[in-house]
Amino acid sequence: MDAVAIVGVGMTQIKRERKADGYPDLVYEASRAALDDAGMSIDQVDNVITVSNDFFDGRTISSMAIQDACGSYDKNVSTVEGDGTFGAFYGLMRILSGSYGTTLVCAHHKGSESQMPLITNAMFDPIYARFLGIDAVTSSALQARAYMEKYGVTEEQCAMVSVKNHGNALKNPVAQLPLELTVEEVMSSPYISDPIKLLDCCPISDGASAVILASGDRAEKITEKAVWVKGVAHCSSAYHLGDRNLYCVCALNEAAKKAYSMAGISEPAQDIDLVELYDAFTYMEPLWLEGLGFCERGEGGNLTASGKTATGGELPVNASGGCLSGNPVLVAGLNRIIECALQVRGDAGEHQVPGVKTALAHGINGPCGQAHCVWILGGEK
Amino acid sequence: MDDWREKQELLVMDGRIKVPYRWFAGEVGTRYLESLRDQGVFLGTRCPQCGIVYHIPRRNCPDCFEECSEWVELGREGTLESYTVVRKHHPQLSVLPLPYGYGIIKLDGADTGFLHLIGEFDEEDLAVGARVEAVFSDAREGNILDVKYFRPTGGVE
Amino acid sequence: MGKRVAITGVGMTHQRSARPDVNGRELINEAVRMALGDAGMTRSDIDAVVIGNMDHFEGINYVDTWSVDGSGGLMKPIMKLTTGGTTGTTVAMGAYYHVASGLFDRVLAIGWEKNSESDTTGAIITAFDPFWDRPIFAGAVAGLAMEATAYMHATDATEEDAAYVAVRERKHALNNPYAHLHINMTIADVMGSPYLSWPVKMGDMCPRTDGACALVFASEDVVDDFPQRPVWIQGVADRHLWAYTSDPYLDFKTGEAWFPAMQKSSQDVYRRVGITDPLEQFDVAELYLPYSFAGLRYMESLGFCEKGGAPELTRAGAFDMGGKCPVNPSGGVMSSNAIGATGLIRVAECAWQIQGRAGERQVPDVKLALATGFGGCFWSDVLVLGKDKPEKARG
Repeated sequence: MDAVAIVGVGMTQIKRERKADGYPDLVYEASRAALDDAGMSIDQVDNVITVSNDFFDGRTISSMAIQDACGSYDKNVSTVEGDGTFGAFYGLMRILSGSYGTTLVCAHHKGSESQMPLITNAMFDPIYARFLGIDAVTSSALQARAYMEKYGVTEEQCAMVSVKNHGNALKNPVAQLPLELTVEEVMSSPYISDPIKLLDCCPISDGASAVILASGDRAEKITEKAVWVKGVAHCSSAYHLGDRNLYCVCALNEAAKKAYSMAGISEPAQDIDLVELYDAFTYMEPLWLEGLGFCERGEGGNLTASGKTATGGELPVNASGGCLSGNPVLVAGLNRIIECALQVRGDAGEHQVPGVKTALAHGINGPCGQAHCVWILGGEK
Repeated sequence: MDDWREKQELLVMDGRIKVPYRWFAGEVGTRYLESLRDQGVFLGTRCPQCGIVYHIPRRNCPDCFEECSEWVELGREGTLESYTVVRKHHPQLSVLPLPYGYGIIKLDGADTGFLHLIGEFDEEDLAVGARVEAVFSDAREGNILDVKYFRPTGGVE
Repeated sequence: MGKRVAITGVGMTHQRSARPDVNGRELINEAVRMALGDAGMTRSDIDAVVIGNMDHFEGINYVDTWSVDGSGGLMKPIMKLTTGGTTGTTVAMGAYYHVASGLFDRVLAIGWEKNSESDTTGAIITAFDPFWDRPIFAGAVAGLAMEATAYMHATDATEEDAAYVAVRERKHALNNPYAHLHINMTIADVMGSPYLSWPVKMGDMCPRTDGACALVFASEDVVDDFPQRPVWIQGVADRHLWAYTSDPYLDFKTGEAWFPAMQKSSQDVYRRVGITDPLEQFDVAELYLPYSFAGLRYMESLGFCEKGGAPELTRAGAFDMGGKCPVNPSGGVMSSNAIGATGLIRVAECAWQIQGRAGERQVPDVKLALATGFGGCFWSDVLVLGKDKPEKARG
């Protein structure tokens, strides 16, 4: 793969309700921030990829709302409906094609404007599953149970993820839910759908973000703080929950394997300094860490309990506070990439982890992490 | 700008998507739902290449990509592969009164699990590996809710 | 440098008003299996899948993950692209960039829709801004009628001129076994059909359709592995300029009252490919013409003639079968409109024309073809396809 770098990033504040801001306002704020971060004018953006979802926005052609705000006027532009990590992947491909030197990728989400359970219920098949009333929380509970029963991962270990990530968010100015919690507080929070409790869940959030990607030669002219894409891949497993062993992470394995091979990584636990992954629910963090090959199958809970994934540990995971501390869907994956880029640059402020050379960002699509996208970012071209 | 903002609450306009849908079950789905409604029999389809019996039934094997033309009668009982007990009522989503469950159920004779509701249970009866049986609705209409829910039989695989 | 990209497999379902015998995944699977068969591929040969439709036409969220049983995407990278009416061409462009990037050699592009499963107009209304446009003015027909009115005001075009286009498209469809509408229609029939929104009549509009289309896009590195002659992508471009229904009628920067998104996107791709005289250089065009007046105004926006020149050129038969550049030998969108598939079908029809496999609707000796997508808020996608391998990738 030819060299491509992240040259600019922008995130809005993530909040439960950004009442003063419509979709275009959020997208403009994020895109403007990314341009300013890169020191670029909109004229230097060769093409644009927007990321949105018609269901979340209650709008067919949800990208129509933000065309004015993302700087796509008189540019080639397209729209990915899916997680921001997938949107950025399309932006990357458009540069690799040789047609464009730079791509601005932006994503938006306002969970506050609709009802998330009804929208996530619409992920499920209308003939066979939807009318059972299943949604993101209850389906994830099935996955959490399958995982815990299979490997003996405990609710306490999952609670530790909540404590760690909400605690990390205390140092992240864009996070929505910085909280000082104890394992006991998480354990005594009410069950929503066993074994998932209130404090195992991500919040409903509003936010937007933007990333500017550039080809190797353009990147070096734009900034001295380019963060290079070392490897990236995605993969989808089966749709129907009963077709998968829900504790299985085969699609994530596959995506990680490809991304590692592109990046020349043979020992992820040694070669990767920091991970930002999609922790919509606490159990996802240990499960995805297993899928990413940071530990053996079933060891994810122990890895969390060992403290290695804390900000001061050997493998900091979600030093930003993760999705548990703010989950504007779709935007959340792009934010994982942005947080990794900031860490590699040394610009993560109070939640900076020292000496991050290589970082991994991860996003998911579909029910119970059906599809996964893995990015490896590094400071060296 | 700032002056008026202090006096005026931000306005919000309520709305809803008003699009009626009619989802076609298709030939495969119709045969399945008809059998469930009229005979109370679960049907799966078998891939001629890999031999997997799919439940819910598939027209084509997602992996081998062969037409699954063979229908297979499945049991009314099965094994729980996972489950959850729902504790939070949602006015538009919850089909049963709290606490109710969801399960991934592998019916006897099927190779894949399927999603359905769990009812009539004591919580200690629920476990991965617990045996469950279908309880049919009194009035069946040719949809997935013709099965009211699954309930534990007390057995364990 | 980017890879050059060719289409090496084509599949589509017969377009029908309703397909109650299949669910959406099964409909998709019909087109996918036909495309794979055409390309001499099995599912395992697919490197990635790009899929598109409009969520609210079927009421299914995350169609990319919902569709894996039918799309062939199990344990593969799948990406969903959605831009409204332009979705089908957007998917084609997405597949193009997947391959041009060098990351994938064989990519499946899928566009589909089951418009019979919902109220199409009810869903389209939700495309417009909930504060400014939706309560007052929305839906496809009224928006197009506004365009037609503005066009007739700016030119000498008449309703009869538009009716000529509607008749031509329906006549062409008689040669296409895949088309939804097979009806003989006269100008008098169109003129006598009831008004939906003046000056647009029932006979001027596209139908709503169930259908799916799948294409295989392959890299220059593997193009010799396929049984069919490769159809080379010469260039692609788009403009999705506007956010509000009041925007598209003129370019507020230049004050020009035409179709700026289509002018800008076609000029962009013509410049890259080296098109200076579309009427002379294109042998066939498959254009997303959702209603009859589009067959006039869009020919002008695409540079086939001067502004106001389309009615005369059209009625002289330049775009008929046997004319200078036949437009929509397939019968086009006015004969079949499974919206998410429609743009991709334009590309598929161009591929068949270039391969000489278009049957009764074949235009002789096609070397260069133009495909377009239309939708959104007067958005425009443009692709140029050709028989010859381009000198370099120039998406």
